[in-house]
Amino acid sequence: MSQVNGVEQPAILVEGLTKSFGEVRALRGIDLSVPHGTVLGVLGPNGAGKTTAVRILTTLLRPDGGRAEVEGYDVVRDAAAVRRTIGLSGQSAAIQEELTGRENLEIIGRLYHLSWPRARSRATELLEQFGLSDAADRAAKNYSGGMQRRLDLAASLVGQPRVLFLDEPTTGLDPRSRLGMWDIIRSLAAGGTTLLLTTQYLDEADELADEIVVIDHGLVIAAGTAEELKGRVGGDVVEFAVPDRRRIADAVVAVTKMGEGEPHADQETGVIYVGVGGRGSDALIEAVRSLDAANIETHDLRLRRPSLDDVFLALTGHAAEEEEDQPSGRRRGLRNRRRGQADARVAS
Amino acid sequence: MTAVAESAGGLGAAEPGLRTRIGWAITDTLTITRRNLLVWMRVPAYLVFTVIQPVMFVLLFRYVFGGAIHVAGNYVNFLMPGIIAQTAAFATFGTAIALAQELKKGVIDRLRSMPMARSAVLAGRLVADTGRMLVTILIIVGVGYAVGFRFSNGVVPAIAMVLLATVFGLAICCISAYTGLAIGDEESVQAFGLIWLFPLTFLSSAFVPIATMPGWLQAFANNQPVTYVIDTMRALALGGPVVPSLWKSLVWLAGIFVVFLPLAVRAYRRAG
Repeated sequence: MSQVNGVEQPAILVEGLTKSFGEVRALRGIDLSVPHGTVLGVLGPNGAGKTTAVRILTTLLRPDGGRAEVEGYDVVRDAAAVRRTIGLSGQSAAIQEELTGRENLEIIGRLYHLSWPRARSRATELLEQFGLSDAADRAAKNYSGGMQRRLDLAASLVGQPRVLFLDEPTTGLDPRSRLGMWDIIRSLAAGGTTLLLTTQYLDEADELADEIVVIDHGLVIAAGTAEELKGRVGGDVVEFAVPDRRRIADAVVAVTKMGEGEPHADQETGVIYVGVGGRGSDALIEAVRSLDAANIETHDLRLRRPSLDDVFLALTGHAAEEEEDQPSGRRRGLRNRRRGQADARVAS
Repeated sequence: MTAVAESAGGLGAAEPGLRTRIGWAITDTLTITRRNLLVWMRVPAYLVFTVIQPVMFVLLFRYVFGGAIHVAGNYVNFLMPGIIAQTAAFATFGTAIALAQELKKGVIDRLRSMPMARSAVLAGRLVADTGRMLVTILIIVGVGYAVGFRFSNGVVPAIAMVLLATVFGLAICCISAYTGLAIGDEESVQAFGLIWLFPLTFLSSAFVPIATMPGWLQAFANNQPVTYVIDTMRALALGGPVVPSLWKSLVWLAGIFVVFLPLAVRAYRRAG
């Protein structure tokens, strides 16, 4: 299957994929290629088209144009064959809450046409693998959010898929559950499963993906490894707040020469940040010195890794926030993660 | 890498034959039916709510309103076929709500992305809900007996009455399945259910003789399917001419199946 004329075919191949919902062009011609056994991170804000792409690849939605293949099967013409090859874990826990974890997995096993004994043993295997053995016979509605997501992921693996689609697997999870989910995803990747995961978090894509594509307004706007993308942002970021709004301009001047690229200042909150490349703590020390020399009081001076917002600002010149033309109710604002909308570039 | 990926594939990707596919359609439907019944039994509140509401209606109309409603013969005998038909129709609230919930939670997406029979989710839902409905109907017949209702036309017509009520419920179930999938939001589905099911069942011969309604309302009540079904049920339970209302009932029910079953299937295919 993976070899055609001796040439290795990718596990997922997408060419010029388009999809509109009425006036809204959710996908405007996307290309993807995911080699076998690798992990592709699809990074983008809500409404970028990530879920639409996943829904097309998992045969839930028909594309308007272009083509998409999974393991060599066309998602429209050979949809049934695609379904025998893939697993899907969506944004919410698609489980029957009234039933136990074990019953959920057994039923999925039966729907994959496993015999009863096989469905039972597969459920037991997965419950063990996902640390749910102790809770196996409790109703899933009593599970924590993290446990429900693990059960959902386990359900997507019942059919032993070769290609697994994870749509925002950690959205809504607390930090500890999130790390647990990362471990599971890493072990799946290590087991040779081809993975496509969507995320809004650069650090998540960084942790898990071999390759990242950044999607915005239905287009791939950047592709590469996490390091390459961060390089385009300017590596790490020095960030601080200036309580005295009148000194913002002075602070910007003070940190301009150490930054790679221009500092960004939020006039309302007084938060200033600047990309500093790979110089990390050296740049931080430099910032402390030059701000001190200019006699500017600062709060919360710190070095941080670039966020999705930084990547977006660097790649598109607009913040990840500005997507409001979503077709359905799948939008969940990034607003809470952002400090404010009044980000403005300050010319020096 | 390739070897690992291929050994990881537990399912053959080859297209199965027609006989296998038909077999799967049946076993998948049974699996979904079993799942739905399991959920139903796991939540006693479902059974209690589906039964308590009609029981309250029985008591309310038997002992509160009944004395003021004049019909030929005993009112409780007039009442019970109407209550039973309404019970069957209202039981389909559960169908619409369950499908809307599954749609919202992504359960339907998960099932549609799996190599199972596409017909099974709807078929299993209809089979399970019909079973649920039948149990509810039998309980209400029992309650009716406790408050004085009696079948007076023999056993076979009595069974036929229960059967007709169930087929009627199944037809309404198709409409509810369609609304649940098309609307896809639990609260809206519930509100919408009230809007069409209440008038349809109350503006019929269920609780009062239609002749007591104003003329314009009679025009509707006399010509709508719920009245035909209830009149037939009454004739089966108590005696009287069955045929005239029976064939009209069957034509209506067939019409509902022909229109709403394909609509529900289409809504399922396009779900989400």
